[in-house]
Amino acid sequence: MEQYSSKVMEHFAQPHNVGEIADADGVGTVGNPVCGDVMRLYIKVENNIITDAKFKTFGCGAAIATSSMVTDLVKGKTIEEALKVSNAAVAEALGGLPKVKMHCSVLAEEALRSALDDYYKKKGIPSPVKLSPDAGHEHEME
Amino acid sequence: MRKVYLDHAATTPVHPKVLEAMLPYFSVRFGNPSNLHDVGREAKNAVDEAREKTALLIGAKPEEIFFTSSGAESNNFALKGLAQANNQKGNHIIVSQIEHFSVLHPVKTLEKSGFKVTYIETDKTGLVDPADIAKAITKETILVSIMHANNEIGTIEPIEEISKITQEKGVLFHTDAVASTGWIPVDVKALGVDALSLAGHQFYGPKGAAALFVRKGVRIKPQLEGGIQEEGRRAGTENVPAIVGLGKAAELAAAEVPHRMSSVSALRDRLQKGLTEKISHLVINGHPTRRLPHNLNVSMWYVEGESMLLFLNMQGVSVSSGSACTSRSLKSSHVLVCIGTDAAVANGTLLLSLGAGNTAEDIDYVIDTLPPIVQRLREMSPLYEDMIKKEKVG
Repeated sequence: MEQYSSKVMEHFAQPHNVGEIADADGVGTVGNPVCGDVMRLYIKVENNIITDAKFKTFGCGAAIATSSMVTDLVKGKTIEEALKVSNAAVAEALGGLPKVKMHCSVLAEEALRSALDDYYKKKGIPSPVKLSPDAGHEHEME
Repeated sequence: MRKVYLDHAATTPVHPKVLEAMLPYFSVRFGNPSNLHDVGREAKNAVDEAREKTALLIGAKPEEIFFTSSGAESNNFALKGLAQANNQKGNHIIVSQIEHFSVLHPVKTLEKSGFKVTYIETDKTGLVDPADIAKAITKETILVSIMHANNEIGTIEPIEEISKITQEKGVLFHTDAVASTGWIPVDVKALGVDALSLAGHQFYGPKGAAALFVRKGVRIKPQLEGGIQEEGRRAGTENVPAIVGLGKAAELAAAEVPHRMSSVSALRDRLQKGLTEKISHLVINGHPTRRLPHNLNVSMWYVEGESMLLFLNMQGVSVSSGSACTSRSLKSSHVLVCIGTDAAVANGTLLLSLGAGNTAEDIDYVIDTLPPIVQRLREMSPLYEDMIKKEKVG
């Protein structure tokens, strides 16, 4: 396998925004333990701006690093801006990912979109978020 | 920072005495064993001596040892070479589901060329039931290949019982002893096998030298052609320094196996006990007693293997992970799948393999280092969070 970039190792060793938000405005859980990674992303929204984001992740070094990076990236962004954060942007911000680990950045994007979808639903607004059917959004633990 | 190497199943360091034996054959005694002059003869003698030492380790005759480049080559040579040389007798091969890929992949290739293959399941400890082999043998069966010990979970297979069956039925029997040679007694007569693979770098020899034992009188088709080396069975100028190293490692192993078994297994037991006491939701994989002395394969719920490996590495500890995330296919280890390990916990697997150089202090360092890593990762894990919440509700 290719080695991780120093940025990935930095975010893996000291991940930012680990934890839960008790009164989160949006929560998304994607992935499943069978294929290796599960990400849960919490967002707090005030006046359409993401004021806080936290995560919990079960997964490899890249999964933890992408979770850390995606929460960093969306903080301070409007909901509309956050919707445009792509897996490529997450990977790029981490100085790239080994090819076999690119799916971790996809999972980070999916976790974010799932949390945004949950935010819209909680608000009673029709969600513009299209969720990928195979990302395991409805996955039940166990 | 303390450095603790617990990945001897991946490879071992070259023993200083092995290195010392090898060095002259890179420079002063650089000859090609195929040459008749003195320089060539000197190299030929060295290869012959290594062949004798390797044969002695496994109770074989020197002329039954064929040097190869790796355990994978020995396994490829055995499966393809034995199947192709004996295909007039039948076209059926039997292997276990937990064989190394260097057995399973050549077998797949043979399947594509017309051979029929039966893949035998194991029980939850990784043991093959000899009765299953007996049942699977048909009139068409020409070859059985069951590993001596599994490289991941360390389970030692009942080779002696299986060979009674193959001998009675007149079927060839190969065993992949790459993981076991140098760690437990390996004797081709006691095991009753017709062919056996071993690799030097698994027991303090160098990488690049391995061997296939083929019992005298058994036909095998060469897979590398175009040279007279190894009695025409394997073409290519010999890797003389590495072969000399393999011979020296075999000589050392012959003397040290009993000590390695007792001292290393005591440290392994200490590690197993320490981790089991300090880490909750932990599963020991493999057979409780029929296991390689240096093997400890553990799965831990709610944490992922690669993350543990990376954090251990930051603290000077080298281990392997059996997790999906480190393999290209993103699939769990086929061995853990076969023994019925839950796929969710299979991804939290570490393979800790000890060596003769490890000390009690090394083991205690790992017992102190790993539990906080597991705890930290579990606190980061949504699966652990869900489990805790469920426990509270329940």
